[in-house]
Amino acid sequence: MIHSLFIINGSGEVFMEKHWKTVVSKSICDYFFEAQKKSANPEDVSPVIATPHHYLINICRNNLYFVAVLTNESAPLFVIEFLHRIMDVFEDYFTACTETTLKDNYVIVYELLDEMLDSGLPLVTETNTLKELIKPPNLLRKVANLVTGDSTNVSDALTSSQLSNIPWRRLGVKYANNEAYFDLIEEIDAIIDRNGTTIMGEIQGYIDCCVKLSGMPDLTLTFVNPRLLDDVSLHPCIRLKKWESEKSLSFIPPDGNFRLISYHIGSQNSISIPIYVKHNIQYREGSAGRFELTVGPKQTMGKSLEAVAIECAMPKSVLNCTLTPSQGKCTFDPVKKVLTWDIGKIETNNQNSTRLPTIRGNITLAAGQPIPEGNPTLNVRFTINQVALSGIRVQRVDMHGESYKPFKGVKYITTVKNGRFQIRT
Amino acid sequence: MNINERSLTTLSTMSAQGSGGTLNHSDEQAEPSSTFSIFALDYKKHEDLKQMLDGNKDNLKLEAMRRIIGMIAKGKDAADLFPAVVKNVVSKNMEVKKLVYVYLMRYAEEQQDLALLSIATFQRGLKDPNQLIRASALRVLSSIRVPTIVTIMMLAIREAVSDMSPYVRKTAANAIAKLYALDPELKDELVLIITKLLADKTILVNGSAVQAFEHVCPERIDLIHKNYRRLCNLLVDIDEWGQVTVLSMLTRYARSQFVDPNKTFEDEKKAFYEDETEKNDDEDEEEDSLDKKTYVMDSDHRLLLRCTKPLLQSRNSAVVMAVAQLYYYVAPKSEIQIVAKSLIRLLRHHREIQTIVLKSIASIADKHKQIFEPHLKSFYVHSNDSGLVKRYKLEILTILANASNISTILREFQTYVLSPDKEFGAQTIHAIGRCASTISDVTEACLNGLVALMSKKDETIVAESVVVVKKLLQINPSQYSEIIKHIVRMVDKVTVPTARASILWLIGEYSDRISKLAPDVLRKMAKSFPDEETIVKHQILNLAAKLYVVNAKQTHLLVQYVFNLAKYDTNYDTRDKARLLRALLFQPDKCPALSKNAKKILLAPKPAPNLESVIRDHDQYTLGTLSFVIGQKAAGYKDLPDFPLEPPDQSVRNVEVIVPSTPQHDLSRKSSAIAGMTTGGKKKSGTDEKFYSDEEEETSTEGPDTDDEEEEEEEEEEEAEEEEDGEEEEEEEEDNDDNGQEKQKPIDKKIKTNEYEQLDARPTNNVEPEEEEEEESDASSEEEESEEESEEEESSEDEKPKSKHVSTVAKSASNITVSDYTIPAIEKSLLEMDLEAFLGSTSTTVQTIPSKTTIFDDLNDLESLTLTSSVRQYDCLNRITGQGLQIQYRFPRTKFHQSPKMVHVELIFTNTTTDKDIQSIKFLKAKSNMNIQGFDEIDVLPSGGTSVASIGIDFNDKTQPALFDISFNDNSLPTSLSISCHVGELFEQKFLNEQEFNQNLARLRGMNEITDKITINEVQMSKLNFTTVQTKIVQCANVTSVPSGSGDSTIFRFSGQTISSKSLILLTIQLNTLQSTVNLTINSDQIVLATMLLKEIKQTFP
Repeated sequence: MIHSLFIINGSGEVFMEKHWKTVVSKSICDYFFEAQKKSANPEDVSPVIATPHHYLINICRNNLYFVAVLTNESAPLFVIEFLHRIMDVFEDYFTACTETTLKDNYVIVYELLDEMLDSGLPLVTETNTLKELIKPPNLLRKVANLVTGDSTNVSDALTSSQLSNIPWRRLGVKYANNEAYFDLIEEIDAIIDRNGTTIMGEIQGYIDCCVKLSGMPDLTLTFVNPRLLDDVSLHPCIRLKKWESEKSLSFIPPDGNFRLISYHIGSQNSISIPIYVKHNIQYREGSAGRFELTVGPKQTMGKSLEAVAIECAMPKSVLNCTLTPSQGKCTFDPVKKVLTWDIGKIETNNQNSTRLPTIRGNITLAAGQPIPEGNPTLNVRFTINQVALSGIRVQRVDMHGESYKPFKGVKYITTVKNGRFQIRT
Repeated sequence: MNINERSLTTLSTMSAQGSGGTLNHSDEQAEPSSTFSIFALDYKKHEDLKQMLDGNKDNLKLEAMRRIIGMIAKGKDAADLFPAVVKNVVSKNMEVKKLVYVYLMRYAEEQQDLALLSIATFQRGLKDPNQLIRASALRVLSSIRVPTIVTIMMLAIREAVSDMSPYVRKTAANAIAKLYALDPELKDELVLIITKLLADKTILVNGSAVQAFEHVCPERIDLIHKNYRRLCNLLVDIDEWGQVTVLSMLTRYARSQFVDPNKTFEDEKKAFYEDETEKNDDEDEEEDSLDKKTYVMDSDHRLLLRCTKPLLQSRNSAVVMAVAQLYYYVAPKSEIQIVAKSLIRLLRHHREIQTIVLKSIASIADKHKQIFEPHLKSFYVHSNDSGLVKRYKLEILTILANASNISTILREFQTYVLSPDKEFGAQTIHAIGRCASTISDVTEACLNGLVALMSKKDETIVAESVVVVKKLLQINPSQYSEIIKHIVRMVDKVTVPTARASILWLIGEYSDRISKLAPDVLRKMAKSFPDEETIVKHQILNLAAKLYVVNAKQTHLLVQYVFNLAKYDTNYDTRDKARLLRALLFQPDKCPALSKNAKKILLAPKPAPNLESVIRDHDQYTLGTLSFVIGQKAAGYKDLPDFPLEPPDQSVRNVEVIVPSTPQHDLSRKSSAIAGMTTGGKKKSGTDEKFYSDEEEETSTEGPDTDDEEEEEEEEEEEAEEEEDGEEEEEEEEDNDDNGQEKQKPIDKKIKTNEYEQLDARPTNNVEPEEEEEEESDASSEEEESEEESEEEESSEDEKPKSKHVSTVAKSASNITVSDYTIPAIEKSLLEMDLEAFLGSTSTTVQTIPSKTTIFDDLNDLESLTLTSSVRQYDCLNRITGQGLQIQYRFPRTKFHQSPKMVHVELIFTNTTTDKDIQSIKFLKAKSNMNIQGFDEIDVLPSGGTSVASIGIDFNDKTQPALFDISFNDNSLPTSLSISCHVGELFEQKFLNEQEFNQNLARLRGMNEITDKITINEVQMSKLNFTTVQTKIVQCANVTSVPSGSGDSTIFRFSGQTISSKSLILLTIQLNTLQSTVNLTINSDQIVLATMLLKEIKQTFP
């Protein structure tokens, strides 16, 4: 399985390495760098690279590269998924997984890696269990350590949760305020063509939970309209049989933050897009190119669009844009040729088109460059609070097994993951 | 790097000395080369780390360890700190310990000898009451990759698989693969352990057990039979990583155990036609074909599909992929579609996952188009997808294209062509070409579209269009002469070599349609010939040759000119081609036959190329594997087996015997075995076999029904004990009998939910299940015990009454009448001694003790006298380095009086000089960390004289050499001496009688036992008796024999204890005259020492 792991930063420096078996020289990363050099975009590096004796599987996240070294046949998805899981754990421990946080906490990183893999085979990957084995860093402890001069990452009392049949929850959880929050987040994934017709529209939904309940609560979450969920992936804590027979989520939750369920509503179901963009983009020689956009809400169920932003990657031949927005602010990065227009909030009630946010102006092309053939694609981002676009609603959340009355809260958000909502012009 | 450092630092000290030591510290740092000072600093850093580690403050140690881990993490070498670090393995501080473990796993392989020092700690850890400590000890022990401890690892694993904690068992399962990697010869033993783990009841263990199975013995598919149904049923509850492994194993299993669900349909058709044509066939044959027609899926096959389906909802992409793989290879065609949705859901995951899933989808779609057609839109390209993702999506869209959806796909393609990513644009054009060639309805439209693209400004787009159009034209050239003319006119504008080459080829091929243009193009090309790329040059030559064949009059000179240019080209392919064509065209006398047919050769009708995907799928590799992704065979890759033609025996999966769990059961078994003996015959052998090796018997149930039934009757009791599992199994068997799974389902479900409720219930009353497990594991461990052991157990049981007897004797204290034993005089008194000492704690008066001890000492002296002949002497200072003083040492094997923990060593000083005396030989100090009790100063050693001094060394039960300094002749420089201790000298005699011996033996089983077998020839064998064996053993180690009570002359027992820690070592030697073998068994806490001792003893036997 995984033989070694190298962590490489954005500038191509191997700043951490861990070997579970015989040491593999750092120079193996040269193959990775070579592949990186060959591809135009760092994103385009093939996730699996074959070298004469080893196989490199890499992932890239937060401008960090995790390169795993393998010597034998094994499922690449297994390794990729595991590397991402490592990053998830790091993010959970250090709130953000960056070069600095990893370097600052290298001991914990090392201990975690050691605990998660046993000579290349996954051992403990549940954060709940890990946190019992290795304490996450926090300010309070740092201060206390400075004062007392006594510091240790390893918990003194050894965990016993490995024995229980629910490895994702530790025993003896205690909170003064018992609360459970459920965020139902839906991300729209859509392509709109230049005429405004939806070519493709999908919804990816999640329920992210923050559960802080004492003891061993047994929760049941039911939906108003579970029919909509026909393609889901579930956290291991959910009882599959219950889901299959009753379409309700019955589970003993892990402690803290976790993703309970994610679902996918495919392109066969038509979804209503809550935003439209009118565009008029024309190139001409010199500075006479025109650029005009108007953004408006549509079918938003009475909620306003928030944090609206449009990003547009201009062709290379564009020298500059001089644009004036009627709302928000607009910047153009002449190096990356990216135009960003941060609009902010669009109220639903002002349907009056004159007051809709617009941006207008000229595009200057570099002299002597041919006029670009295709118009740029617009990446739109927005958020609608209190609405799940698919119409899914949580009916109720019940708790058994514990006597206290917890506070339960459900929140709906519709949003767009960067780059997944595109308008072709 | 390391060597560099050292040499540099020595350089620095030398230079400092050279300048008279006047340089102060700051000067030293201000050395010219900056790298130099860095190295020096680095070296110093290690020094202070060492100091921190050697101290006794946990804080400092922790800090030092953290810094060392930092060095390891950065990839810096920290190997030279090994001795300092390894000492801290005993640290009480959990984190220090943990970090030392991390360090050990990294460096133990490089420093194997020193790593052995830590083994004892792990062994202690293996017996810790805390399961996590046991597990981590096992984990480190198995991870340090030191081949010498293979036996210890094996023992540890064997012990751990019957541990009551499932977590430890899981760790043991993981360790199996590691041990196998270290020593593949242990395979057979490991397979036995795996067999046991596979049958484990805990889901935590199953995943790892299958993992180990896959590593060690993937070919032993027979081990799975009995566990197959349980694995299927528990699959959803196994942890996600385990699921992946189990799924891929089950895929392989299904491929080898079930018949192809798809193939039978084809057979059906065939049979159908056969029926029509051969109506007059024999009835038998018709019956055969009828049999084939009615294909019913094996219920186990169905079970697999049913149990794996819910896993498509896993959050882990690897699990989903593994299920998709299973369905792709094992499920009937009609059922594969359920994986489509889940795979598409994975496209929302990270980029890397997308890439691999898309590649797999492309491969599946190639075979089963229809399942992805409804999801066409999910493969539309976003402008910010990564390059690979775009390419795979394009590939999938092309595969999915058919007459009904081609228009939408082409519209989509049109936007891609204009994408700013030019490479992607080019790939799209290629894809359009593929669609055009496969779907004839749109060929015309595509071609027109492509021609339009050729007028675009972008070069790569144009070039790709030309190449694709060229290929399309070849399919049907007659219709498109206008297009050809259009292309020919473009030859000046296009600069991309492949496109130019394509145009030139087109002109040559269809020159009859453009007879006026062609020679002119050749003229232009002849002008630019030297500047063209090789590929273009070749096409110019082709064009020239073809034109010459068609239109020699106009082009003769031009062709000659081009050929002459080519003759002096730098590329020899070009030169060769020119030579070939020249011979063909201009030298008809050389090979008339060819020249005559030059036109036919050059202008032969060529088959149209088949437009293929740029990324050829690697169908030869199993979907989703590493080899599949990289398109080459990865190390350790194995193809899936083909479905067997005939279904293998299904009954192998029937589980009749469920491993029972109580000691009473064991008894009943024994009695049944006895009963079997009385009934005799076939039955007897059957039960016997079962008694010794359960698992194997189970897996090879081929027996006739009657036999089975009988056995089942016997085991009814056991089955009753197995409540939960037994029920489940029975359900399945019923399931097997009637194929109405629909009916079974609700029951199944019920069982499942029961299971879940239990899962939930468990943590609330945590104690109960633990106990259960304990019982189970105990029972199973008992079962696994080998024949030998069980025999011994019996014998120990036999001895129980005897032991009682002896203890009563002991209670009657002073009058020791252990008449059973025939003991030599000295030993007898020793026995007295020991018993006295034993009683001392309870009853003996204080006064008796001193007198006894004096006797004891006397005896020791006596013994040392008798043994001196066998005491070997070793050199520790030869006379040349010692300037005439020679020192030898020997182990007198007597107690060192000052401290009982020290090994008594005698130093023999000899003055080898002839003329001068050596004066004042002094012991200075111990250099290693061992306690050494020095000798009194020797004032004068006359020339030729010899003097003996005693020192005591506390070796701490290790074979590390003791280092110390002495001085003589008042030399300022001390002389270092090193005394290495033979393993046998680390022991002292400890007298035990047979009963005590057996008691202790029972305590030191399992982990603490090592055995070996020596084969010797008969002549040697006949010479072995008590005296010879004793001499051999005593030569090796300072142990004493245990008087044999039974008078058995083939078993000799010896006992001793280590000097430092006083842990017992028990030695059993058994002569097997029939097989001419000697069985050696050593039981001790100190298994490292025991291993070494065993090796040494082994060598003394011929």
